[in-house]
Amino acid sequence: MRATVLVRPKEGILDPQGQAVESALEHLGFSVSHARVGKVVDLEVDAASADEARAQVERMCEQLLANPLMESYEVEVHG
Amino acid sequence: MASPQPRVGVVTYPGSQDDRDALWALAALDAEAVAVWHEERELPDLDAVVLPGGFSYGDYLRCGAIARFSPATAAVCEFAGAGGLVLGICNGFQILCEAGLLPGVLLRNESLRFVCRDVSLIVERDDLPFTSRCTAGARIVIPVKHGDGRWFAPPELVRELEANRQVVLRYGEACNGSVDDIAGICNERGNVMGLMPHPEHAVDPLLGSADGALILASLVEAARERTLALL
Repeated sequence: MRATVLVRPKEGILDPQGQAVESALEHLGFSVSHARVGKVVDLEVDAASADEARAQVERMCEQLLANPLMESYEVEVHG
Repeated sequence: MASPQPRVGVVTYPGSQDDRDALWALAALDAEAVAVWHEERELPDLDAVVLPGGFSYGDYLRCGAIARFSPATAAVCEFAGAGGLVLGICNGFQILCEAGLLPGVLLRNESLRFVCRDVSLIVERDDLPFTSRCTAGARIVIPVKHGDGRWFAPPELVRELEANRQVVLRYGEACNGSVDDIAGICNERGNVMGLMPHPEHAVDPLLGSADGALILASLVEAARERTLALL
């Protein structure tokens, strides 16, 4: 089963990468604010159901994919 | 009887860079420096362990996040749990944070620039096995070289750390945007320490500063006392 994990810097955490991207976009003439840079992890999970896949990916996030001190995450399971 | 040479291990992960410098510096400070390969599930007989700087496993995902799962790291956690002395330098500090042996996490420098220069540090604690040769309140100079050295923890954790006196070193000048200018911390028990500056690159005046020897010689001395206690 295919799943996607979105990992984001937690709100309130200084994200200098986001700031750099924001200022680069401004240089290009775009009017933007609050740019934040995170990560996407796409993976294929061996699971019998979407619920089981989601539970597995949640455990992966807790154990490895995100550091709860600085990152939040969202899991999407694509059927 | 000549005083025994303490055995201090240095773990080499794929991507470690400063393991050889650490081995050299420890040997220069009269320790028996022992190279430990990351695949070793059991540590040899050691009095202390150093996790060196570098980019273990390419620093993929997050700095130290993959190294945390290597067999040698599990052995180091067990060693620390039994009260063994563990010092993490730079990437080693990042690994100790990811492994949960030290609180907090190291984030990308505020400037987004890699900093590589001598920095002035203020010693907060001189009563640890890692700092017995230092003087609290004194300034020492040790080089840093990192892109992800901004130590961070949520405010309640920082308060807890300050209350427990777990801050060992602070930057005496702007460096990377660390919370409270924190450059080095220890665990509550005081047997595990991590720092971003590289003491192993500052053990000889020829290299610009010998202040790193204050940290490493403290560790060697503490390790020697442990050897003696076992005799």
